[in-house]
Amino acid sequence: MLNLSLKQLAQNLSDKTFSSQELTEFFLGRVKKYNKQLNAFITIDEPASLSMAKKADDQIAKKEQGVLTGIPIAQKDIFCAEGWRTTCGSKMLENFIAPYNATVIQNFNNIGAVNLGKTNMDEFAMGSSNETSYFGGVKNPWDLDCVPGGSSGGSASAVSARLAPAATGTDTGGSIRQPASLCGLTGLKPTYGLVSRYGMIAFASSLDQAGPMAPSAEDCAILLNTMASYDPKDSTSVAHKIEDYTTSLNNSIDGLKIGIPKEFFDDGLDTSVQKIIEDALNEYKKLGAKIIEISLPNSELAIPVYYVIAPAEASSNLSRYDGVRYGYRTQEYDDLMDMYFKTRQEGFGDEVKRRILIGTYVLSAGYYDAYYLKAQKIRRLISDDFKQAFKKCDVIMGPSAPSVAFGSGEKKEDPLAMYLQDIYTISTNLAGLPAMSIPAGLVKNLPVGLQLIGNYFEEGRLLNIAHQFQLNSDWHLKTPKETA
Amino acid sequence: MTISQDDIKKIAFLARINISQDESILLEKKLTGIMGLIDKMQKVDTKDIEPMAHALDINQPLRKDIVTESDIREKTMPLAPETEESLFIVPQVIE
Repeated sequence: MLNLSLKQLAQNLSDKTFSSQELTEFFLGRVKKYNKQLNAFITIDEPASLSMAKKADDQIAKKEQGVLTGIPIAQKDIFCAEGWRTTCGSKMLENFIAPYNATVIQNFNNIGAVNLGKTNMDEFAMGSSNETSYFGGVKNPWDLDCVPGGSSGGSASAVSARLAPAATGTDTGGSIRQPASLCGLTGLKPTYGLVSRYGMIAFASSLDQAGPMAPSAEDCAILLNTMASYDPKDSTSVAHKIEDYTTSLNNSIDGLKIGIPKEFFDDGLDTSVQKIIEDALNEYKKLGAKIIEISLPNSELAIPVYYVIAPAEASSNLSRYDGVRYGYRTQEYDDLMDMYFKTRQEGFGDEVKRRILIGTYVLSAGYYDAYYLKAQKIRRLISDDFKQAFKKCDVIMGPSAPSVAFGSGEKKEDPLAMYLQDIYTISTNLAGLPAMSIPAGLVKNLPVGLQLIGNYFEEGRLLNIAHQFQLNSDWHLKTPKETA
Repeated sequence: MTISQDDIKKIAFLARINISQDESILLEKKLTGIMGLIDKMQKVDTKDIEPMAHALDINQPLRKDIVTESDIREKTMPLAPETEESLFIVPQVIE
């Protein structure tokens, strides 16, 4: 069961080699064995998971199953799952039991997938190392002294150590791709609007997008088939035609034009990471692809623009945590204002407070035009750079992150160093484009991710390009020794 | 742009977050650093550029004004820190 792909798991369930209850117990056993070390899960609920597995087994017995029926999936703790504690990694929601399902969760429930548990994450998805979680940092199974990346670090750590066959993540500035890169997984951030944000706790609404994290592109295609849906409950959901993302996996990539932005190979890129990216590009050349040099001239502005737009939207979204309707409320207070001030002082962690304050500042009277409006204008320039680039190439490739996993505590007190982790991922969130990270090699036994960026709604093409690489390499099959 | 203690006091008030004196001193350095990063934007000429609020040019969808959700009060009220029957309790605001 340990290293089977989603397709193989589905086949075994269908052949009754093992039941969903046996499969779920197997992975729950691994969670119980390794979670003390990794801290990848915030909440597990064994009876709830096993009851879902039993239902799935009934469904399979009646031959009414879909491809994910009975397969345990780890869910990032940002998705509301009815009856499950949903914390978003924050003290503010420490005891919040979701009263309804996020659409992503509902889609998994509808097909009969099993919720294996809720994975750890940076508080309100703000972080790139999983160290801002109120529930403690997550360890990278490749090296327990290193971070798994963030914010979907719990999901990445869990799947990397095979505590779960697959997981969900969310990506506002790189939160699927950077942890996928640091933990040796395949992760996909879809086009903005393809996956519903309903019931997904909001960070920066114009950038947030959910996606799959799993060992392979084929797994991600299967997961995306379930995750993507038009949702009238999300006003930014796009009524895109329903696609089967597995059908194009085996298409030939002969003649594929790969654009390489020179800005992604700057001084900030670790030379050993660069070497691995170049090796991967050579592998693509062998598969018939052509390499074309392109330019994304406004790339260096992506981080400054993001740190205006994301905190601005966050400061507005997080104003709902007021200690009145749900979530944490301070114990002692004099009056209503005092209650608000103390509740938010005690309920939010340092990084979340910093971003709320920056967001409040850039939106405050007198600064709106100089910061928020300016950032939105440069966001247009960044998006236009991609439009120009896609006239010359089919896909853009480069590194997912500037380095391999770094040591716990190394960048924790230095927000600026931490923000640079997302230097290659942020611009696609600003443009709304789909992008992936796939395992491309190891540096000193730590994984390196290759980033693939596609044009709008070209998830099928991206997964195809990733799958063809994985048919000709085995980096995505490598697992860390610590938890083998 | 540097962020002063006074700025922090003002924005913390707007954001309704208590900031202690110790926190404020640490924040001054860190927020100034972040604003320094953000200020790299200012060198870009953005005259006549249309602001981009959203990744895709989509219109706000409209729907019929009909009730689609059932009453979930029994599920949501227990999540509140303090309630009385179907009311949220907050400190007294009107004398």
